[in-house]
Amino acid sequence: MIAQIPILIIVIPLISSLFCPLIGLWRRGLSYFWAVFSLSLCALASINTLLTVIDSGTIHYRLGGWAPPFGIEYVVDHLNAMMLVIVSVISLMVAVYSKRSVEQELPEKAVYFYTVFLLQVTGFLGIVITGDLFNLYVFLEIGSLAGYALIAIGEDGAPLATFRYIVMGTIGACFYLLGVGYIYISTGSLNMADVQQLLPQLYDSKVILTAIAFLLAGLAVKMALFPVHVWLPDAYTKAPSATSALIAPLMTKISLYVMIRILFTVFQPHLSIELLPVTDIMVWAGFVAILAGGIMALAQTDFKRMLCYVVVAEVGYIVGGVGLANTIAIKGAVLHILNDAVMTVGLFTVAGIIMYKTKSHDISDFHGLFKKMPFTMFAFMVGALSIIGVPPTCGFFSKWYLIQGAVIANHWAFLIALLLSSLISVVLFFRVIEIGYVFQASHGGHAHSTGQAATIDEAPLSMLIPTIAIALGIILIGVYNQAVLSNIVAFAVPQL
Amino acid sequence: MFEFIVGYYNYWMYIGLMMIGFYAMMAKRNLIKKIIGMNIFQSAIILFYVSTSVKKGGVTVPILEHAHEGHGAHHAVDIMQYANPLPHVLMLTAIVVMVATLGVAVAVCIMIYRRYNTLEEDEIIMSIKRG
Repeated sequence: MIAQIPILIIVIPLISSLFCPLIGLWRRGLSYFWAVFSLSLCALASINTLLTVIDSGTIHYRLGGWAPPFGIEYVVDHLNAMMLVIVSVISLMVAVYSKRSVEQELPEKAVYFYTVFLLQVTGFLGIVITGDLFNLYVFLEIGSLAGYALIAIGEDGAPLATFRYIVMGTIGACFYLLGVGYIYISTGSLNMADVQQLLPQLYDSKVILTAIAFLLAGLAVKMALFPVHVWLPDAYTKAPSATSALIAPLMTKISLYVMIRILFTVFQPHLSIELLPVTDIMVWAGFVAILAGGIMALAQTDFKRMLCYVVVAEVGYIVGGVGLANTIAIKGAVLHILNDAVMTVGLFTVAGIIMYKTKSHDISDFHGLFKKMPFTMFAFMVGALSIIGVPPTCGFFSKWYLIQGAVIANHWAFLIALLLSSLISVVLFFRVIEIGYVFQASHGGHAHSTGQAATIDEAPLSMLIPTIAIALGIILIGVYNQAVLSNIVAFAVPQL
Repeated sequence: MFEFIVGYYNYWMYIGLMMIGFYAMMAKRNLIKKIIGMNIFQSAIILFYVSTSVKKGGVTVPILEHAHEGHGAHHAVDIMQYANPLPHVLMLTAIVVMVATLGVAVAVCIMIYRRYNTLEEDEIIMSIKRG
């Protein structure tokens, strides 16, 4: 049984998503508990896997007992064990949190929401755990398709945003598939470890260059790197609160994980860093993404939309950090994947609570929220401070390593972008905090916001507990960042 | 040069098809036309994969005849006699994924049509702006 845990991580959410509509047919309210139950099992399994990996190293799981180059293999090393825990714990938190918000926003569709929710988590976990390039494509599409469905049921304008996301996302996935095809025709293998062994003789082949270009271009669309981020803000702003809390932190981070996998496992660091200018391009792409994301976030008046542009900027941090190509910067980038996932989910859950109480995610409707919902706004403050990078929240530490990496790489432009981005975040979040502290709107406010002002109070416990837990998680990861670094991240970084 | 064009004709065809699909996805304003472009784009990749498994000179499908009769070394497979089956198998999976994508895209189109009564992108944006 213990040996089967890696496959159980995928099978539990997949099977439970099949049973979810049946259970919902019997008792509609049970589908929520079913989702929470199966995601808790899944989280336990991934935490167990992480502990095993820390204890005894990489786990290889052969599906059906077929030997690796022919059969599909699941490989869990330190990097994806960490990702598994991030995905399963965050999705569990969001599932617990989603009850009231789904009841309010999607009263008729709760059963189907949880069905697709579980499929979405299956897709994410599958992308992370698999050691096979084509299997990764299949899971990428399972995750994306479930995501399209979850976003499309949002507020007005969501279907059009989803349609654009489908078109962009399909281009991204097809480019990835094409890159895999080029790798396959030149090596004859799809297993990541096997391809890694076969590729070095082919490094001067133009087919391999085409493959790496297609793979990275496809993933750039999926991770919303700056010039191809256009699908992200609309889709995540108009999605239901629970959906954006699930997808916004995870989808981008998982694409970043795949990028690191491709650069340092499928191709060897030697190719990605020394033979090709891939990493130089990535630093500048990150530089542009950080500044553009920050500046566009400043222009937003909608809280969720602002967070979406913050996500675009954070993607720039990680892409740039990997692009700096020294051990400390890549450590910082991997740590930032963890930190940013936790910070983003924290802020999006706060946005969901505010949406639940005020029916709006416009910043100008935030008047007096600090007084009315102190616990929620505490979680918001922690998330905001972490995005800005104030110790002891976790955002500080990964940013610190990124800055050190930029100094070692002598890349001053990226360093300036990192510091500027902190300043921009200060402006961004203090604008929200200022409005939140002012109780009476000086301009009179909208009719509906003043009409409801009396009824706004603290959020229900089922939403508040996960949100506060995430906020505490932000602080705890910050305090214990050294343990995370030396036990997990240090092994996830390639030897340069 | 002629050799270069004719010798790789399968790649030229897939590139041509892919660009037609790409153009339709980017430039067309009608959502259904975009979906059609998306399908052409995906089919181009299927053709690319399948065409890479072809071998010239009387190759056949990889089915071993009479494999269960007799024993011994005469079952050794000469791979040059058989087309590579793996790209076909991969593409079966990819076709399933693409059908699912098509289904979701058309479903979203239905949602859009019910809400705005049109499938022209600019008209939808206008009616969203009007609120």
